[in-house]
Amino acid sequence: MSNADIYHEMIIDYSRNPINYGKIEDHDVTFHDSNPLCGDSIDIDMKIDGDKVSDIKFHGKGCAICMACSSVLTEIAKGKNIKDVRNISKTDVLGELGLENLQAVRIKCALLSLKVLKSALYSYLGKHLEDSSDVDKLKEEAASLY
Amino acid sequence: MQSAQTSFENLRKDFPILKRTVRENKTLVYLDNASTTQKPNQVIDAINDYYRNHNANIHRAVYALAEEATELYENSREKIANFINVKDKTEIIFVRGTTEAINLVAYAWGRDHIKEGDIIVTTEYEHHSNIVPWQLLTQEKGAKLEYIGMDDNGELTLDDLDKYLATGKVKLVTFSLMSNVLGTISDADTIISKCKAAGVLTLVDGAQAVPHMKVDIEKLGCDFFAFSGHKMLGPTGIGILWAKKSVLETMSPFHGGGDMIREVHKYETTWNDLPYKFEAGTPNIADVVGFGAAIDYLSNIGMTAIRQHEIELTSYAIEKLSQVKGLHIYGTKDISKRGGVISFNFADVHPHDVAQIIDEEGIAIRSGHHCAQVLMERLNVAATSRASFYIYNTREEIDKLINSLNKVARIFKL
Ligand SMILES: Cc1ncc(COP(=O)(O)O)c(C=O)c1O
Ligand SMILES: [Zn+2]
Repeated sequence: MSNADIYHEMIIDYSRNPINYGKIEDHDVTFHDSNPLCGDSIDIDMKIDGDKVSDIKFHGKGCAICMACSSVLTEIAKGKNIKDVRNISKTDVLGELGLENLQAVRIKCALLSLKVLKSALYSYLGKHLEDSSDVDKLKEEAASLY
Repeated sequence: MQSAQTSFENLRKDFPILKRTVRENKTLVYLDNASTTQKPNQVIDAINDYYRNHNANIHRAVYALAEEATELYENSREKIANFINVKDKTEIIFVRGTTEAINLVAYAWGRDHIKEGDIIVTTEYEHHSNIVPWQLLTQEKGAKLEYIGMDDNGELTLDDLDKYLATGKVKLVTFSLMSNVLGTISDADTIISKCKAAGVLTLVDGAQAVPHMKVDIEKLGCDFFAFSGHKMLGPTGIGILWAKKSVLETMSPFHGGGDMIREVHKYETTWNDLPYKFEAGTPNIADVVGFGAAIDYLSNIGMTAIRQHEIELTSYAIEKLSQVKGLHIYGTKDISKRGGVISFNFADVHPHDVAQIIDEEGIAIRSGHHCAQVLMERLNVAATSRASFYIYNTREEIDKLINSLNKVARIFKL
């Protein structure tokens, strides 16, 4: 992908004015992760009502791609059922920003927040019943995103 | 002896990689020399020649090839000793690189000499390789790790050192002679003389200094010194630990195995002489030979001329970068106190994005924490962009860097 394809208006705008940026003080679950390679670092807080993600916010430091993808991801997840949030895939996030062909070295920037979201979910679900093999599956999914 | 700018440009022909293009037919502009440097034909050929014509294991056999390989290996040791002004070449130990050298000291010296309550002092601008081994050691021993701080100019605040030395508990002070992020050249004379007066040993990380300036170990007066071949035109996987003989003699071995022994019996072993006691197993012979060729290459140019070339380039780059609106350079602007490493941030654009955009122009710079997260915390940034120079870089390449930054400004509407 060339710079023109990656650094389009939406990415620059999201990186300057991220959506759902901030903290949820009374969150039901929070998770943090970072990329040792590039230093992007993201926290996601979620408020969960019943089986719905009623609120979601992220904060941290990252490159334009990381910030834009975190914005888009939290937009997708907000208000959705846990089941649907679990099914959010990398193409859902990348597709929204036209980043399907992003090169390998930057894919981690794009998918860090999805990894954090999945990890937050399994940490929540692990504490709230459900069948443990299911939680393990989610854990594995988060670990093997990229 | 080379001295004028033009003769440095002549060196470029020795580096085959500088002729290649990257991305959309862009000439490679390699500005990540603090990370690793490119290799001249002389080094590549020396390694090639070793494998084609002299390959054998060393110190183990009487036949002709083994004799040649051993001689080539030991010749490199001698070249390296001369290069950093070490009189006794048995004090030169071949290791994989700076990281292994420091770990060797932490393990083979630290385990015997550090005990509960002792203090090891490092600095806020160290590479992770001069922090993590000391964390491991001090945690194991119940000792303490302390940091010499840094002022806003990127220079060490040596009052901190006085404070720690005054406790009487410091056993080792370890610091980088040149920061790999800020380029700051440490005031080694002051640090080492303070430590000597207090009877405290010193380790100097020379990974960034040895490639770029004349280093004289005897004058420096430290106890341990570490550096890597790959940052000075040599191959990867080879580096040096130098230590004073009197200190080496107080140390247990690092790895056990072949070559480091004198006699092995079922339940006890006696050690080989220095430096072999610390060179267990078949060493990286080919890369030792290649490292020797790199030393020859640098010696031919002369380290004073190299430092001068880099002073000129770095001054030019600082001047040009300072004119870019919104660009912030870290560290001192006093060129006598810094080497050819420039870390910067460009307005609110993340360093990854800067590096990616200018990569499309063929320009290779580093973005990230540069294995110095303690320093990133001190600077209160997640990452920086870093351009670092070597003998083959030119003013035209710096102009290309500046032009490419203008492109970043356009894309990010700065
Ligand atoms: C100051 C400093 N110390 C240590 C190292 C580690 O060197 P190596 O990776 O060759 O072991 C580096 C290289 O990145 C460095 O710049
Ligand atoms: Zn990134």
